[in-house]
Amino acid sequence: MTILPLAKDILKVYKEQDVVLLRNRVKERAVKIKMGLVNQTKLITAASELVRNMLRYGGGGEVVVEVITRGRDNGVRLVFKDQGPGIPDIKKAMADGFSTGRSLGLGLPGTKRLVNEFDLKSEVGKGTTVTIIKWANG
Amino acid sequence: MPQAAEVFKNKQSVILELWMKNQLSDIGLRDDLMSNEDLRVQSEELVDVLVSNLTEANLNDPQSMDFEPVLEILAGISVSRAKQGFSPRETGAFVFSLKEALFEVLQNELQNDVATLYEQTLKISRLVDNFSTVTFETFIRGREEVILRQTDEIAEISTPVIRVWDGILALPIIGTLDSARTQVVMESLLQEIVETSSSIAILDISGVPAVDSLVAQHLIKAVSATRLMGAECIISGIRPEIAQTIVHLGIDLSNIVTKASLASALKFAFNTMRLEVRKKAGVSAEK
Repeated sequence: MTILPLAKDILKVYKEQDVVLLRNRVKERAVKIKMGLVNQTKLITAASELVRNMLRYGGGGEVVVEVITRGRDNGVRLVFKDQGPGIPDIKKAMADGFSTGRSLGLGLPGTKRLVNEFDLKSEVGKGTTVTIIKWANG
Repeated sequence: MPQAAEVFKNKQSVILELWMKNQLSDIGLRDDLMSNEDLRVQSEELVDVLVSNLTEANLNDPQSMDFEPVLEILAGISVSRAKQGFSPRETGAFVFSLKEALFEVLQNELQNDVATLYEQTLKISRLVDNFSTVTFETFIRGREEVILRQTDEIAEISTPVIRVWDGILALPIIGTLDSARTQVVMESLLQEIVETSSSIAILDISGVPAVDSLVAQHLIKAVSATRLMGAECIISGIRPEIAQTIVHLGIDLSNIVTKASLASALKFAFNTMRLEVRKKAGVSAEK
């Protein structure tokens, strides 16, 4: 079934303070499509993880917040795009406990478990784009 | 051929008069915020500095160092006007109306030479636009300073360490837990543990909107540091949705004592300290 976008926001995230703005916007959208509290929290946490990665490793970037629909399902799609150094080994980055920055190493693999759809594209030297989808009752 | 800088030097008083006339006839004049005399003093100062620093060479270059004193005065005006309650638009309009006065003077001088008039007008326009931008920048910078100060204040006041019982500390965390916050939280917590020689600290995260892996890592660090001080640390206020999220993320908090509410954390603390809270027997003795 095809996915149709309904509403779209583009936010620029370059400092720690912008994270709060993004989180509130994501929450607003999630509430609007009547997403349950647990899924809301999962989505917001996933967004929080990815935006932190973007700030820390990618030097900030752009986040697209979209409300999407697929048949009877509504959901939120988030696209995180940075022009950072990129990820050389995606397989390694997606493994639990791997981190180049002395963190817990759960950001990417954890995020994948929190959302319904997860897609990571990265080119070394050019940047990274992460797309996630969370369905309202998924 | 008279040049703009020269013309303005000779006509400084005319410029001021024209500018004042423009400003006073403007319907947006805020004589409620600033008296016409003060406005005149301010305008005169700006015209004076601008004209005395303007030369043929720097007319082409709005970024020239020669304009430092002009920019300084503009910044001063912007700040003082912001305090008086002018909107940034009004301050911008103040500078823009100078442009009109300058154009009018130039037009009278160069009516016979349209090409030069056009060229000089463009340059002046570019220069004054740049000046107006400066007033906006200053205004925004002033606002940003206020925001930064408030951010600091929030960080300061939002981490109170409460002594709930002899030997038990509670620390309600409200808002996002980032690296800087964690530092403040940890510092005040560890300090308080020493001062009160407490043996149990309760970190309540009911007010933390999202617990991601970084927040969890900060919590784990805080707990480890508390343990090094010889105290036990309990994390309370874990909501059901946060518990599920933590599990999915794969964060291991099993080494930490966690409770759903502050009340159950307190109960656990009483238990650990071998304290008992009981209902008094019989009819209440106190009246």
